[in-house]
Amino acid sequence: MSTPRAPSAPAGAAVAPIEQALYEVRKTIHPRAVHGWFAGWRWALVWATQLVFYGLAWLPWNGRQAVLFDIAHRKFYVFGLVFFPQDVIYLTVLLIISALALFLFTAVAGRLWCGYACPQTVYTEIFMWVEQRIEGDRMARMRLDAAPLSARKVLLRGVKHAIWIAIALWTGFTFVGYFTPIRELWHAVWAADLGPWETFWVLFYGFATYGNAGWMREQVCKYMCPYARFQSAMFDKDTLIITYDRERGEPRGKGEGKGHCVDCSICVQVCPTGIDIRDGLQYECIGCAACIDGCDRVMEKVGFPKGLIRYSTTHAMERKLTRAQMFRRAFRPRVLVYSAILWAVVAAGGLALWLRVPLKVDVIRDRAAISREVEGGQVENVYRLQIMNTREAPRRFDIDVSGLPDAVLVGEAAVTLEGASAKLVPFKVRVPAGALARGTHPMRFEVHARDDERVAVREKSVFIVR
Amino acid sequence: MSEFTSSFWDFYIAVITVVSILACGVLLVAQSKRRVSGGTAETTGHTWDEDLGEYNNPLPRWWMWLFWITIVFGLVYLALYPGLGSYAGMLKWTQVGQLKEETARHDEKFGPIFERYARTDVIALSQDPAALAIGQKLFLNNCAQCHASDGAGSSGFPNLTDVAWLWGGTPEAIRTTIAEGRLGVMPPWGAVLGEQGVKDAAHYVMSLSGLTHDSLRAARGKDIFAKTCVACHGPEGKGNTAMGAPDLTDKDWLHGSAEPQIIETISRGRTDKMPAHKDVLSPAKIHLLTAYVYSLSHGGTGPHTK
Repeated sequence: MSTPRAPSAPAGAAVAPIEQALYEVRKTIHPRAVHGWFAGWRWALVWATQLVFYGLAWLPWNGRQAVLFDIAHRKFYVFGLVFFPQDVIYLTVLLIISALALFLFTAVAGRLWCGYACPQTVYTEIFMWVEQRIEGDRMARMRLDAAPLSARKVLLRGVKHAIWIAIALWTGFTFVGYFTPIRELWHAVWAADLGPWETFWVLFYGFATYGNAGWMREQVCKYMCPYARFQSAMFDKDTLIITYDRERGEPRGKGEGKGHCVDCSICVQVCPTGIDIRDGLQYECIGCAACIDGCDRVMEKVGFPKGLIRYSTTHAMERKLTRAQMFRRAFRPRVLVYSAILWAVVAAGGLALWLRVPLKVDVIRDRAAISREVEGGQVENVYRLQIMNTREAPRRFDIDVSGLPDAVLVGEAAVTLEGASAKLVPFKVRVPAGALARGTHPMRFEVHARDDERVAVREKSVFIVR
Repeated sequence: MSEFTSSFWDFYIAVITVVSILACGVLLVAQSKRRVSGGTAETTGHTWDEDLGEYNNPLPRWWMWLFWITIVFGLVYLALYPGLGSYAGMLKWTQVGQLKEETARHDEKFGPIFERYARTDVIALSQDPAALAIGQKLFLNNCAQCHASDGAGSSGFPNLTDVAWLWGGTPEAIRTTIAEGRLGVMPPWGAVLGEQGVKDAAHYVMSLSGLTHDSLRAARGKDIFAKTCVACHGPEGKGNTAMGAPDLTDKDWLHGSAEPQIIETISRGRTDKMPAHKDVLSPAKIHLLTAYVYSLSHGGTGPHTK
């Protein structure tokens, strides 16, 4: 939203009414290929993220897949760790870290995530690379678009879509491979023995990849993505954004008395969202810096210094700050506070993971038998212990009670659990009548691994005498 | 609901729903274009805060298709599924129907497992750890609410782990108890015996199982017992499993062994109900539960003291 210019028609003049569409057919954007420092970074991140995504699913670990989210059995394997649904706090921590990191990076240098690492950007980059290899660069593609249907056009388009679909299906397959063991999935594909849900998700995720990276592209960022909109809210006047140096560039053109901008429109041609960065910061700008790379090459050729379009801040432009002054302002309270919280959460999460014991115990007091008297004048309470062995090897656990005078545990005082399994064990605790007053008495169950004293959990509960 | 409303309301809701959906379509058509009088067509024509306008940044056309798809989806959904008043929909889908379908599917999947156990004798099953593991799960889901997780019950709910059985502890008796349920009634004797009579009877009962008692009262109570209690509990107080009358000579007390509790039982009576499960659980599941309950008092997985 911005303040529009006043209507140019003079008041009262009889002008024929025109019809204005509030929806319009998307104009295809054909970004020109770009090379340079920032494009290099983007490709580095494409490789880094995709090697991890496509490769990690195939990595074996302890005789199983290293990263596997087994939803059916509610066990989530991440390298040497096995998470149970009770570990959802770690997922929460991960999400908090991601959110804080997004806040921090956005405050410092704008939409870094969008420009370099977002899957939408990464897959669009891969798909555009394929498109360019087959159909040629911007001009060739625009000509092909305008050309009438011909054998060549059908062939080029056919090959492009075939490769896109192949990449998309492989992506869908890999994605599902994190939820169903990927090697089994691979054999199932060849045996035509894929389950209905696996088929659905491979196709669904494949379709999403093909549709979003092949067809939707910048529209995802412009109309669908919520991050795109709220990231702008985290900008301030010291945030590094992709900036056109108006003072240096204007007036545009070549020759005497003109600024450095030669009006070659390269910055517009390379833009994946089809905007002109020279109009200033716009919500469509995903911060990919393609225009910087494009402009720098032109500046090099025409013999002006680089950086007519560059990462800069509103304050740096307004107050004519030097680069050093501008970067110093990165250490402003907002950034420091984000960093401090982020590191605190990372440290707390890391510590929690480090101290995590591969054993979980839930005590469920029996509500049917609150307290009962048994032979020999003893008072008895009943509990169920849900014991979870989150290590992958079988283990024997000893169980004990503490906090009650002369308490006797009735039940199996030791249980063996298979690797990564859970067991519900009923227990009775008896206390001599008269040893405790009527009421509720706090007590503890202590469960510890027989082979490792450090693997121990103390779980609070209560003993009731009535 | 039909007792409270007339069919007018079904009709009323159906009309509102259909008209609203169609109105969405009309709105969509009306709002997809607009006529502007004047040379410039740059703004949407909305004005906020006196002078703040908005450039017309048209949404992509596919966005409008999403709206149309939603409208078509809504109409198709209402034609297929119940939603328009009392119209049942072309698919005749109901929640109950879905439940039945899913239950049938599960029975088909797990039926063979239960059938295999159903052919095995209860006493043999009570030694089979795999069968007992299933039995324990069934027990925790269906029985533990009253009989406690360990099956040892609590006040008013029988202990299933000991040798005392109100209705008999043979596999057949246990199966009948689970399937058909039981109703154990001790009639109130307070009005007939009077306060002192009840107390005397209570002390006699206490003497039967060797509890501390007043022997004078117990002697008086013996006569009362012989007249009133003997019909159900038998001349020696050994009880009768045919009618669920407890054995009064053992150490097992369903409603407590303290004097006031026994007096309460005699004077006001007790009514204990075990609900029937034949409509809730399949015969094969009852068979497995029978084996599990049987195992509780026969050392199958009997808990042992540390």
